Amino acid sequence: MKFSSLVPLVLSVAASACQTKTERAKLPPVAPSELRSVAAFAIIEDERERSRALFLEASRVLLHPRCSNCHPNGDVPLQGMEMRPHDPPVTRGPEDHGVVGMECSGCHQDRNLQHARVPGAPDWHLAPREMAWVGKSAAAICEQLKDPKRNGGKSLSQIVEHNAHDELVAWGWQPGHDREPVPGTQAQFGALFEAWAKTSAECPREGDQP
Amino acid sequence: MSITLRINGTEHRLDVDPEMPLLWALRDVLKLTGTKYGCGEALCGACTVHVNGQVVRSCVTPLRRLMGAEVVTIEGLSPDGSHPLQRAWVELAVPQCGFCQAGQLMTAAGLLKKHPQPTDEQIDQSMAGNLCRCGTYSRIREAIKKAAGGGKP
Repeated sequence: MKFSSLVPLVLSVAASACQTKTERAKLPPVAPSELRSVAAFAIIEDERERSRALFLEASRVLLHPRCSNCHPNGDVPLQGMEMRPHDPPVTRGPEDHGVVGMECSGCHQDRNLQHARVPGAPDWHLAPREMAWVGKSAAAICEQLKDPKRNGGKSLSQIVEHNAHDELVAWGWQPGHDREPVPGTQAQFGALFEAWAKTSAECPREGDQP
Repeated sequence: MSITLRINGTEHRLDVDPEMPLLWALRDVLKLTGTKYGCGEALCGACTVHVNGQVVRSCVTPLRRLMGAEVVTIEGLSPDGSHPLQRAWVELAVPQCGFCQAGQLMTAAGLLKKHPQPTDEQIDQSMAGNLCRCGTYSRIREAIKKAAGGGKP
């Protein structure tokens, strides 16, 4: 391909990316602790751009340490807003529930412990390796989420259902003991994913930031 | 609330706050003081027991989750202190102050049940949550290997 024929393509991609940024700039401001409602995205006319913007909004939850800490890119879960390695030192184990003597459920109960301050929710465990989020972009996580080989064999509707109602996901909004919750509410998060799925589940472009 | 569970083979009915951690019931109610209080936050392993065969930290396990459960503490690991790990512990003089050793033994027992011939990595990973302020870690590892092999580590 000649250089001259590449120019229009590059310009077109660049223009599209700029347009996305401009479209998203129309969105109302939002506090770090909140999520924009699905209705706020109606301002973006192009459906595919709207879909990308919806995912980027939801990625503010996915990329929050409270969620990402248990989607590590390795075998050790992370802790805290600074995402330090879990202490005591635990490891993933063969089924993502720890190893004998150090199983997640040996310490983490079905709900947060007020006095001991140990966080808890039903079926506390690590996300499988192929569902790692730490160190990945919103674009990469989006592609991963849509890939049944890397999302536990889930359909889009099952992903929406999981995000909207799963009890372990829900812990992100009620982490207990002065831990910073993820933004918004689980209902809003589920609604964002539902709207994203309905708008052809487009993934953001690499480099797009929420 | 009344909670019925079996501890070391004996059925107990406890009329206590369902949120009471198992460790409190063991030590303060049932006077089974072999299991120790270390940190109260599942960070040291001194309170380790088995619940339905799983290694758990009793200081953070509320009784409400234990209805009908089978609990084994250090007092129930063997009737006469003859568990292979207990014999290895004595032979190699593993403990120094001894405070953490009940928890160490209970975790090691869970490990050997699942992995009768554990590798060094398996020992390290499973025992990582049991702290010893006296630093007896090398003797603990040696004793686990001895118990696993029935002879030399």
